[in-house]
Amino acid sequence: MQKVMIERAAELLSSGKVNRVLGWRAGLFAHDNTPSVFTDAADLQANFVYNEFCGANLSKYLVKESDKEGTVAVFLKPCDTYSFNQLIAEHKIKRDNVYAIGVQCNGMKDVNDREKLEERCASCKSRKHVAYDELIGESGEILDSNRFDMVEKLENMTSEERFEFWRGELSRCVRCNACRNVCPACTCEKCIFDNPDSGSANKAPADPFEENLFHIIRAFHVAGRCTDCGECSRVCPENIPLHLLNRKFIKDINELYGEYQAGETVNERGPLVNYTQGDAEPSVVYERGNS
Amino acid sequence: MQMNDNTFRPKIVAFCCNWCSYAGADLAGTNRLNYPADVKIIRVPCSCRVNPTFVLRAFGRGADGVIICGCHPGDCHYTSGNYYARRRMTLLFSMLDYLGIERERTRVEWVSAAEGAKFAQTMNSFVETVTKLGKNKRLEDLRCKK
Amino acid sequence: MQRIGVFVCHCGSNIAATVDVKAVAEAAKHESGVVFSADYQYMCSESGQDLIKDMIKEHKLTGIVVCSCSPRMHENTFCKAAAAGGLNPYMVEIANIREQCSWIHKDMPSATAKAIVLVRSAIAKVTLNAPLTAGTSPVTKRALVIGGGIAGIQTALDIADAGFEVDIVEKEPTIGGKMAQIDKTFPTLDCAACILTPKMVEAAQNDKIRIFSYSEVSAVKGFVGNFTVTIKRKARYVKEDLCTGCGLCTEKCPQKKVPNEFNLGLDNRRAIYIPFAQAIPKIATIDPDYCTMLKSGKCGVCSKVCSAGAIDYQAKDEFIDVNYGAIVAATGFNPIKVDKYDEFAYAQSPDVVTSLEYERLMNAAGPTGGTLLRPSDRTHPHTIVFVQCVGSRESEDSTKCGKSYCSKICCMYTAKHAMLTREKYPDTDVYVFYIDVRTPGKSFDEFYRRAVEQYGVHYIKGMVGKVTPEGGKLKVQASDLIAGKQLHIDADMVVLAAAIEPDKTARPLATLLTASMDTNDFFTEAHPKLRPVESPTAGVFLSGACQGPKDIPETVAQAGAAASKVIGLLAKDHLVCNPCVANANEMLCSGCSQCEKVCPYGAITYSYKEFRMPDRTTKLRLVASVNAAVCQGCGACTVTCPSGAMDLKGFSNKQIMAEVDAICK
Repeated sequence: MQKVMIERAAELLSSGKVNRVLGWRAGLFAHDNTPSVFTDAADLQANFVYNEFCGANLSKYLVKESDKEGTVAVFLKPCDTYSFNQLIAEHKIKRDNVYAIGVQCNGMKDVNDREKLEERCASCKSRKHVAYDELIGESGEILDSNRFDMVEKLENMTSEERFEFWRGELSRCVRCNACRNVCPACTCEKCIFDNPDSGSANKAPADPFEENLFHIIRAFHVAGRCTDCGECSRVCPENIPLHLLNRKFIKDINELYGEYQAGETVNERGPLVNYTQGDAEPSVVYERGNS
Repeated sequence: MQMNDNTFRPKIVAFCCNWCSYAGADLAGTNRLNYPADVKIIRVPCSCRVNPTFVLRAFGRGADGVIICGCHPGDCHYTSGNYYARRRMTLLFSMLDYLGIERERTRVEWVSAAEGAKFAQTMNSFVETVTKLGKNKRLEDLRCKK
Repeated sequence: MQRIGVFVCHCGSNIAATVDVKAVAEAAKHESGVVFSADYQYMCSESGQDLIKDMIKEHKLTGIVVCSCSPRMHENTFCKAAAAGGLNPYMVEIANIREQCSWIHKDMPSATAKAIVLVRSAIAKVTLNAPLTAGTSPVTKRALVIGGGIAGIQTALDIADAGFEVDIVEKEPTIGGKMAQIDKTFPTLDCAACILTPKMVEAAQNDKIRIFSYSEVSAVKGFVGNFTVTIKRKARYVKEDLCTGCGLCTEKCPQKKVPNEFNLGLDNRRAIYIPFAQAIPKIATIDPDYCTMLKSGKCGVCSKVCSAGAIDYQAKDEFIDVNYGAIVAATGFNPIKVDKYDEFAYAQSPDVVTSLEYERLMNAAGPTGGTLLRPSDRTHPHTIVFVQCVGSRESEDSTKCGKSYCSKICCMYTAKHAMLTREKYPDTDVYVFYIDVRTPGKSFDEFYRRAVEQYGVHYIKGMVGKVTPEGGKLKVQASDLIAGKQLHIDADMVVLAAAIEPDKTARPLATLLTASMDTNDFFTEAHPKLRPVESPTAGVFLSGACQGPKDIPETVAQAGAAASKVIGLLAKDHLVCNPCVANANEMLCSGCSQCEKVCPYGAITYSYKEFRMPDRTTKLRLVASVNAAVCQGCGACTVTCPSGAMDLKGFSNKQIMAEVDAICK
């Protein structure tokens, strides 16, 4: 794979079809491959890497890259293509400036336990590329994933148990903002958490209460737009399972408003900018099973 | 607010849409229908103006319960505002519940301008529920693991 | 720094009996920014208002809080007083300490404590108020009516009568709509053509009215008072200014096998045609789907016989842009297709007809010249069964494309059909099967009873189960719910009262107009009771059956009501806008377009704008902008916006949060 990708990237560069290639650059260790822009063949040969530690979703980097002169080639794993579509729908990526190459993905390995697949890959939702100009390797199918199992497990706990679970997780947050910075849905010009005028900004963890709100607001802001790429949990230095917040919204949306996968197409109207007259009442929350 | 030293009085923030529920609250007043003074109303043009951030802000500043009142579905002055509010608040409340925050601290009710009695009843029952729950500690405690 | 004045009203004893107004005024004094605070007997009185004016001047107040009754009561009064005192009227906030405090609480300490919180919250808000100025926008004094049926014609006539220019856009070659196809009208039985055609002529001759027949609306831009509409004038292949309407071409055209839509396909017309004798404009139209000249270039008969030289085979669709101040949707209705109702054998037998087809069969200008004949063998029918509610009042989960609503007009026109049939052909047995007979309306029930009592129409409560064509007859199997038995009738004709639905063009039109529709594709009104002829989209009005099933008198009444709303709008030179509208901070907007999707008014648009970056380069960015003339200030967009770029003036994020903070303090 990697070899074919490098060859193709070099070819695209030399033909002048693109003037940059967005891919993964080998890091100091085997597992710290980072997103990077390549402009010449030698650099590609020496440093381009594609292996089971290329978890980084490159679509977010296109927000900046597609705004520059010329066409940029990008390698997108199946789950990245969902974010890619979503960003196009939100006018964040200039599609005309991007040459998208879908690449086959067999799941990424967990950097903490290199024998295991990352959690998000073990419960992969789709091996299908929903957008690309060309493919390298195979594009698979939308999978019948078990990704909501953990959410369900939490839902079945008592309120006290859930509270204890989240207290255990969220109390580790150091508010580094990595989850936000990596999120392809968090592409605002200026994040409300950085804007003193928004009423929600607070950089230093001054008030533990507001720290909690950070995660709720963040999850709410991406609700209906989150493609469940799982980057938030991947980058969390404290290994907080942040994707479980996003998945809760996705699960609720699927159950209450019909199956919806953000980024599956470019034109769809998201569930939070839509409604039907017969939508469930908010009291549905109280009516659900346990407490 | 402490009425006397021993009884807990909850802080309740009620967001009311200008066209239906705020008028419903006025009607409750005109008809002298009593409900606890713990309820403080904030007037918004439409229930769809209520940002989840406002709800969280209220909890953050010490509210014990937050209720959002709007026109009945289908009667929105702006035709669709309450439909959006309904989805947003359903998801937000579900999320709070998921985090282990007592779900009874949040509520959405549709109250028309003619439903003064419903407004008063709603507030009475909400205050009662929240009073039983006591002070809102959990959101605050969510991060303070001993 | 703001200088806030607080005025606490006693409202006689309404407030002062339960709220310690002096304590409230005193507490307010200690709030940040407050430079004046006092209580007063009646703030809404002349002298109370004078107090506001005087104190604004004396203390150079920048904002005031009036603690009184509901803002729904006197907000306007106090805003005006503030303006008279030289303050921007939007620098006023009301603390509702009567309806929401003194009247509901009996205990003075708790009521007073609550009043203080409410005042504090209002002070917190007013501190963040910004002076607002209501903008104005000019009004183009011309209206567009979309649809040239009786609704559209009446609306146009009424608008023109008030002296305003009005255009009618009609998709068919003639105006007249459904009413032109109807024979007689209930409950007075006057002939539809006799009362409709004079109105059509009046519209054509009115110099304020322009009729764009055979035309469609293809694009709508702008907003209330300032619409620009692109009208597509479909190629007619006949020059409108030359055609005299002599009709020679429609007799000579060799293509005779074109189903005549005016007679619902019960007979044929030519490829070049004038829909009916009284058509307005009376101009021939070539049907491009059937004209052999247009399809294969071989024929040209019409061109040869036309002495006026009006035929133009090269004609193309034309697009014209016209400016309007107001738009009226009058797109009307159609009967639903009943092919799917196998039990009624509509598709199997030509003798099973819809009521509108029956209307044509009764009409003197119809395919049978007004003699009632069975379509199959052109014999006189002796037994006729009418079936009510075909496709109306169906359960929501029905798969037959039926409607859940009542079509409203069927009961009455069926009574009319039954009555007219019995009157003209007393030897005919007429049965009407119904679920209920609904006859609310002036002289309606009397009319129905005449059909039963005077004309001997057999009304049977129950539904028809099956119609089977057999040996030239229609075997009708039905139930009589009152007698509790099954009936078998050998009928010659069966007439189905098909449900009516909005015209198919209404849905795309609603999208162009950003007007909302219900699930049945009827236009929704701004308020179901109080604003029944206005769409929620400012400047768009509703006339006739496009808003819901209606009979002719109701349609005409609504048409007049819509016209009066239009006249009210066009009579203004400028529109004053509500200044409490959404506003996008372009520096924060990231162009995601989520807000545009939730705006019920189409007030938000996106455009690329150039921004200077900190490094002195410029960057093109997609940003939202709100048209203040269109925005109604609901705030849906403000919550959808993740970056907080969208905010609502008068109810800003900061203001509401300040209120929250003050309450929770």
